Amino acid sequence: MSVQSPSRGVAVPAASSRSGSMFAKPSQEQIVLLITIALLVVFGLTLNGFATVSNLLNLLRSISILGVLGLGMGLIVISRGIDLSEVAIMAGSWAIALIYMQNGMPVFTAVLLALAIAVLIGVVNGVMVAFVEAPALFVTLAAGFVIYGLAFWIAPAWVVYAPKDAPGLMYLGAGRLFGVPVPILVFAACAIAMHLFLSRTSIGRFIYAQGDNPEAARLTGIPLRPLIVLEHVLVALLAWIAGLVWVGTTGSMQMAITQGTMIFDVVLVVVIGGISLIGGRGSVFSVVVGCVLIGTLLNAFTIMDVNSEVQNIIKGVVLLAAIVLDNWLHPRDEETARQGD
Amino acid sequence: MSMAVDSLAASVRRFSPRLLLSELLLKQWFEPVVPFTVMIGLWAYFALTIPDYASVQNSVSLLRLFAEFGFVALAMGFCLVTGGIDLSVGAIFALCNFAALYFLLVREWPVGLAVPATLLVGALLGSINGFLIGFLKTRPFLTTLVTLIILRASVNLLNTSYAQVFATNSIDSEAWDVIGGGSVLGIPVNAATLFVVLLICHIFLSRSRYGWHLTAIGASRKAARHAGIRVRLMLFMTYVLSGTLCAASGIFYAARQASTDSTTGVGWEFQALTAVVLGGVSLAGGKGTVWRAMIGALIIFLLINGLVRMGIPGYVTSAVTGMILLAAVGIDVKWSKNRGKAIQKIYVNPAFVPLASAPAVQPGAASPYAQNDRLIKAQAIGVDQVEGPEDVILDRQGRLYGSTRDGNVIRFSGPDFKTREVFAHIGGRPLGMQFDRDENLIVAVAGMGVYGVAPDGRIFKVTDETNRTWYKLNDDSRLRMADDLDIAPDGKIYFSDCTTRYEMTTNTLDLLEGRPNGRVVCYDPATKTTRTVINHFYFPNGICVSHDGKSILIASTSLCKVFRHWIDGPNKGKTEVLMDELPGNPDNINRASDGTYWLALVGIRTPTFDLAARKPGFRLRMVKQVPTDEWLAPALNHGCVLKFNEKGEALESWWDPTGISHSTLTSMREHQGYLYLGGLENNRIGRIKLDGVDDSWTGYDAYWGAKSRVTK
Repeated sequence: MSVQSPSRGVAVPAASSRSGSMFAKPSQEQIVLLITIALLVVFGLTLNGFATVSNLLNLLRSISILGVLGLGMGLIVISRGIDLSEVAIMAGSWAIALIYMQNGMPVFTAVLLALAIAVLIGVVNGVMVAFVEAPALFVTLAAGFVIYGLAFWIAPAWVVYAPKDAPGLMYLGAGRLFGVPVPILVFAACAIAMHLFLSRTSIGRFIYAQGDNPEAARLTGIPLRPLIVLEHVLVALLAWIAGLVWVGTTGSMQMAITQGTMIFDVVLVVVIGGISLIGGRGSVFSVVVGCVLIGTLLNAFTIMDVNSEVQNIIKGVVLLAAIVLDNWLHPRDEETARQGD
Repeated sequence: MSMAVDSLAASVRRFSPRLLLSELLLKQWFEPVVPFTVMIGLWAYFALTIPDYASVQNSVSLLRLFAEFGFVALAMGFCLVTGGIDLSVGAIFALCNFAALYFLLVREWPVGLAVPATLLVGALLGSINGFLIGFLKTRPFLTTLVTLIILRASVNLLNTSYAQVFATNSIDSEAWDVIGGGSVLGIPVNAATLFVVLLICHIFLSRSRYGWHLTAIGASRKAARHAGIRVRLMLFMTYVLSGTLCAASGIFYAARQASTDSTTGVGWEFQALTAVVLGGVSLAGGKGTVWRAMIGALIIFLLINGLVRMGIPGYVTSAVTGMILLAAVGIDVKWSKNRGKAIQKIYVNPAFVPLASAPAVQPGAASPYAQNDRLIKAQAIGVDQVEGPEDVILDRQGRLYGSTRDGNVIRFSGPDFKTREVFAHIGGRPLGMQFDRDENLIVAVAGMGVYGVAPDGRIFKVTDETNRTWYKLNDDSRLRMADDLDIAPDGKIYFSDCTTRYEMTTNTLDLLEGRPNGRVVCYDPATKTTRTVINHFYFPNGICVSHDGKSILIASTSLCKVFRHWIDGPNKGKTEVLMDELPGNPDNINRASDGTYWLALVGIRTPTFDLAARKPGFRLRMVKQVPTDEWLAPALNHGCVLKFNEKGEALESWWDPTGISHSTLTSMREHQGYLYLGGLENNRIGRIKLDGVDDSWTGYDAYWGAKSRVTK
């Protein structure tokens, strides 16, 4: 049997499939895009120093890590999974790698070590979800705690600093190319690669098929279990890339982020952009749009000097609203809905 | 009572750890035993390694510390049972802790007002979750995760604003001190309250309509909706309940600690989740009790408390808890999916079958068992009108009855038995039949028990259960497969229940297992009681009261033997082997007109099958690896009826070596010079003319009437 052509695929990226019903029920990306533009206009008019090139570049740079993480989360949410350990993978793998660098391991080897750790965690997560068949939410939630505990054991410090003499390591985080901060370029490159992967390769289409209806996907012969493992490995890979940018930007890795709310920011950018939690919906564009909205908000909060707890409350309420909106746009079928997610 | 043939060696050989395990796993109470053992083990470990751990004082203080976590775990347990989850429990707890202090210290409300107000706050916070999950149908996991963030941030904001007020004021209330540090009968107030709440919640969840509704929603939301349960409202109420329980926890914590900071209740949702899943409340929903949630909560509490005391850093505890959750989730998923399969895999446990040697059956052999073709020309009655007449019997009017697979007793009457009617539809699988003194037809019905049919066709139950064997794990009080029966002169009904481990449809497995799983049971109409007469019998099948009424003959199908059990006289209660070298698997036994007995052989022994009987491992592999229709069986394509005397000596045999008209013969009745034949897989009832017998002899008159040989 041949693979379905993209144009007749089970889940075409939202923009094309929904244009006809735009006025009846606008797609989430369109709503979010409108809100973002509105917010940009409002903030540009009301906040001092918002609508400057340097601030906008800064805004983009600040969301690039979130964006790279969001691409991974988006991928796995499209497949009807989730990975709550993504931030922990980033922090854990890099904290260990940086400790080894401090202890004299060559930078390149340590970078590969971080990659190996990240991929290993991805494989373990994937195997737990695919082969043990434990719900991804619980597996990755627990994995987050295990990663934090083990990484802290090996690298017992809340902040692990990168060695000062490693310009190559810093380039992705701190460098500039043609005046554009490299993190933005990294995010752009990842986004393009992810877009091509999801929309132009058969594995990408399989991921949509899986998210749309895992049972049907399995019955058509898609090797679901290896695919799930692959998805978790890709998430870990993106976490590793995000970590590389993070280390370059801050010159360190903070273990505290595994305990914080960063992972919810990642879920937030994904869900708010229209990658529905029921899977099979949304695209890389959703992540980008979600990222820009959240980046705009965070940037404005920073300019307005809003307390971080208040920020959390606002982000929480926005995420709740996004979940409710997602539910309204993509209601679950009471007859086929599965328990426990 | 055990069989006479049972030696100690046989009992030892019969014992199988696999069998014990398979029956243990079937028990509902077995699952919580595992976490319970872990809990006791953990406690014992800390008692040995930490000084004074097992002292009363330490236990009391542990209880006081545990109670608050217990409430939170209970809240989590309820949500899990409905198939949801509440990750905001820790944050609600912290916020209620703050609320209680706020009401008392800032608002200066009396305790009597602050406590219900705090509970209300908890219920309101829970109702936010409940509204979103129940009515807006959002996903519990993410929804409560987000409310966790929002509430946690709110607590932190509130804490910083009021920290100073809390630090400088103190509460001067006796009631508050009792809540925080009092004791009831030596048990801390919070632990005592937890216990009472647990009791109420247990009764609510397991005994009340709404508790069942919650479980039903968790087991299958769709089915619950179809059954008319108000799913949305019930879910809403679950989260309200969860919030209220967390509020109770917050009140006790506030009373005990009188302080609040940013770490209050942090990570409790994760610990509670781990605890509850570890205790055996299934993530999939619909399975779990409050006690199991508590066992899990105690394990996690003891573990974390113990690790802290041993000076293990928090991140290790975090990793350990995470791994426990991973393992518990994995085991939960795998176990709930594969439990049935696992039990099925180890349920069949073949044993060595002590068969006697088989006699020669070759045509022309000098034994009474030598094959002949005397059944081939049997006259067929009701061809294709009866399906598998396991037993046949005739009444005083000469009408012929057959018990068939479709749950009927079919009656043939008139000249040449041309008139067919359904005499009674009992259901189940009617097998052995016998007329009692009042001409009621008593029928052993596999799957149902022993039933009677009055001459007018009215059906009544005789018995469907017997006394339970106290030491057996499998509840054997119900009759699983009543097979054949006979009625003693005093009216007692003796019948065989051939297996207590299998059913009618799977009785082949019992034969392959070759264990004494059956029993002989007696129903006494005088006292209307049913008692097991012989327990642990190898597949008892045919039952026949001897001509003198002093003993019963029992055919053991898997042992290929006939036993005699004395029910009267000097040997009363004793069992002895009557015939041991049978050429096949005996089925029903009936009295013959000349004071001897008829015996049907359902299958003929083969050297291969006899070898298999000595090789339990071979039979186990066969059952596991080979499809059912390829299993080794005795030769079932022969029909054979024997005649034997009181001394157990075989006299004659009648064979259908082709098996075309009568294979798998299970029954035969002599009636007025004819022998009527019934078989488990036959599509007819057969009859042959007997030479040189009393042509006026009928089974009823010979037993209950004038020709009775019963000695008084």
